[in-house]
Order: sequence, then C-alpha cells, then structure tokens
Amino acid sequence: MSQRLNDLRETASQTAGPYVHIGLAPGAAGFDIYKRELGRDIAGPNARGERIRIEGRVIDGMGAPIKDVLIEVWQANADGHHAHPEGGGPVEEGFRGWGRVITDFDTGEWGFETVKPGRTRGRNVGVQAPHLNLWIVARGINVGLNTRMYFSDEAEANAADPVLNLIEWEHRRATLVATRSEGAGPAVYRFDIKLQGEDETVFFDV
Amino acid sequence: MTPQGEFYQRDRSLHPPALTPDYKTSVARSPRYALISLQCSVSEITGPVFGHGDIDAGDNDLLTNFAQPGESPIGERILLHGRVLDENARPVPNTLVELWQANAGGRYRHKKDTYLAPIDPNFGGCGRTLTDENGCYVFRTVKPGAYPWRNMVNNWRPAHVHVSVFGSGFAQRLITQCYFEGDPLIPICPIVQSIPDQGAIERLTARLDMNASIPLDTIAYRFDIVLRGRRSTLFENRLEGN
Ligand SMILES: [Fe+2]
Repeated sequence: MSQRLNDLRETASQTAGPYVHIGLAPGAAGFDIYKRELGRDIAGPNARGERIRIEGRVIDGMGAPIKDVLIEVWQANADGHHAHPEGGGPVEEGFRGWGRVITDFDTGEWGFETVKPGRTRGRNVGVQAPHLNLWIVARGINVGLNTRMYFSDEAEANAADPVLNLIEWEHRRATLVATRSEGAGPAVYRFDIKLQGEDETVFFDV
Repeated sequence: MTPQGEFYQRDRSLHPPALTPDYKTSVARSPRYALISLQCSVSEITGPVFGHGDIDAGDNDLLTNFAQPGESPIGERILLHGRVLDENARPVPNTLVELWQANAGGRYRHKKDTYLAPIDPNFGGCGRTLTDENGCYVFRTVKPGAYPWRNMVNNWRPAHVHVSVFGSGFAQRLITQCYFEGDPLIPICPIVQSIPDQGAIERLTARLDMNASIPLDTIAYRFDIVLRGRRSTLFENRLEGN
C-alpha cells in the first residue's frame, strides 16, 4: 500500500439516523429550543431573480417515499454568485443560498422556496448551467449523498453543462433535471430523487 | 491568503460503503450505481458561512439550554470538546458544529422515539457552536445512554452523540457519531461496524480527558474532527470537460 503524505485522515461518516431533526431542524420538527433556526430562508428578502418553489420526494429501492430524510441545499444567487469569499462576486444582503428541508413525516413530500440561480463559472473555463447542489442524509444513508438539480427550462445551458456532460450515459442526465410547471403563484419545479432502480438519480463523489 | 484548489479526493476506504447489509435500513436506501466522480467546481469549493449572529452563546450548553430555571438534566455531567482540523492539520476556524443526542436514559426527545426510558423534562438534546480561531469547540451536556433499536431483535447502540460539521466548502460537509472510550457495545454495533477501517472507528471514539475535567463538577471527553484538506493551486490543470 502506498504511503499517504497528508498528516491527518478525514473523520469517518456515520448515518444521521432517524432523529436528525432534533439536531438540525428542531423547529421544523415541532421542537422549540433555539431563538433562530438555521436554513429556513434560503434566499432572504432582497434576492433578485425569479422566485420559485421546488418540490419532490426521495424514493427508496422499494418505491416508497422516505419520510425521515433531511436535505441541504446550496446555490448561487441570480447573478451566479455564491455567498462565500470565493463565490465569484457579491450577493444581496440576507442572501445565504443555503437551506435545510425535511420531509412531511406522513407523506414524504418536501418543498422549499428560493430564487432561481444564475449560471456559475466552470472549474477552469466556460460556465455551468443554473443548478442547486443537494446533500441528502437519513437513517440508512451511511455517507451523505451529493447530487445536483438542474432546470427543465434551461435545455440549452444544460446541454453545454460540464458536469452533466461528464455523465457517460445520456439518459441518466435526465435524472438531474427538475420539471417546471406554472400555475397560480411561483413556478414549481418537481424533483423526485430515486435512490435505486433503473432511473436511479445520479449521485456524485465531489 | 493563498488561493487554494479543490479538496483532496475523499478516501472512501475510511467511510462506510453505501450498502451495509448488517445495518438493514441501508439495503433499500443505498444507490446501486457508482458515484460519478467530479473535480470540485465553485459550487463544491464554497459553502455556507455562519457567524455569531446566527446562534446564541448558550446554545452549546445542553445542561441549561432546555432546563427549567435552577434545574438540571439527570445524568453524568460531561464536557465534550476538541478541535476541527483539516487533513493538512490546519485548524478550521469559525465553522458550525451541531450535535444531538439521547438523554442519560437513552431516550430522544422526538415523537418517533417510543423507547421505555422516560423523557427528561430538563433535557432537549441538541446544541450548536462555532469553532474559535484555533478550530476549538466545547459543549457541556450529559453522557447519553445506550438504547435498543430495531435491526436485529437485540441490537443496542453504544452511547453516542451525533455530530454535524460544515467546514468552508460544501464538499467538506460531514455528519458522524462520537462514541465514548471503553464502551463494550462499540465492537458489536452494526452501524459502527459499517466502517471498514479499525483506525477510523478508533478516531470516532472520544477519549477521557482528565486535564480538561473540572474537579468536583464535570468530566471531560475529547473528540477531534478532521475534514477534507485542499490542494494549493500553484498549477492549474486544464482538463477538458470541466
Ligand atoms: Fe442516535
């Protein structure tokens, strides 16, 4: 075995378990302890761009929605900037671009409101299509799952996206594209995440 | 500050695989296809930034953050402290550390937990804090109890605290569990044993820290957390495709 030169080794992951809500979303789970709960408002009041709603389920290998999942969202603002010193530029006051959502304990449905992100710069050249980074944890998930959600009304940008194009099997790219529908209120994107099966969602080792 | 590149590739041999049949719930919740490997883009190098305006000073004290005034939860009073470092042994300052746990009897304050052990009216079971400039964090709490869980008929979780850490980039995001030195349930727990590397299990085990203990008051355990390190960017690689 080759020698590793790094001084330290990453701490091992363990499942978030069934009671992740106590720690990370106590208010959402109906448990009143903190004055300010983190991650409830992703975009903040001053964010420019289109206000949208994203809804979905996380579905297990039996075809059943998972009712105890927690998802974290990380995204750029409408200008394609992340709220971070290396995020590419300024963001609106109050824009964090990060949030947490838990599923309904009875139905497994989750949903959150945010703004549609802009294109972001690629790793070296070019641009990435608008997308959200999602991180999924739950009982039975040993290491948090990283995936991305793209937008169905960005077909041209999606076709040129460097990450989608890394996925060798073209039909699997569609598992990362949420479907837009419009009615009263903000546009809704539907994004079901499938942990197994023929249309298993693409997950990334980032 | 020197600009830095992507995070080191995650060493998956230190982490549990997705499918660990002895932990039965993983069977239907584990992806079957290989993960698609992605060199970090701006979306993975960046991550949420938190500040002292996000939390309150007492959020890291589980002995008081849910207790009635003048009362205290039942159980062994402990300090759980340590440092958050990266693989380059640099401290990770100002990062959010959150934890949650069962009470001293092994019962969670959660509507889905129906274990026989009682709820403690003075114990909520969650806390959070930011690391200081040296990456140090500290929580005051009670030592959680072991509890039974439905997997095989007679499985018991070792005493553990669930820990969530951010780091500076979304690629460093980590949830783990902290165990306590000497617990005989550690070697027979299917969740602990989902980790294939014995050294990695040992690093999840908090050590008794007599020097940090407060005489006649609180006993201390030390738990250091290591997040992924980052490359320097002396030379950019310009591979096609991303
Ligand atoms: Fe637990």
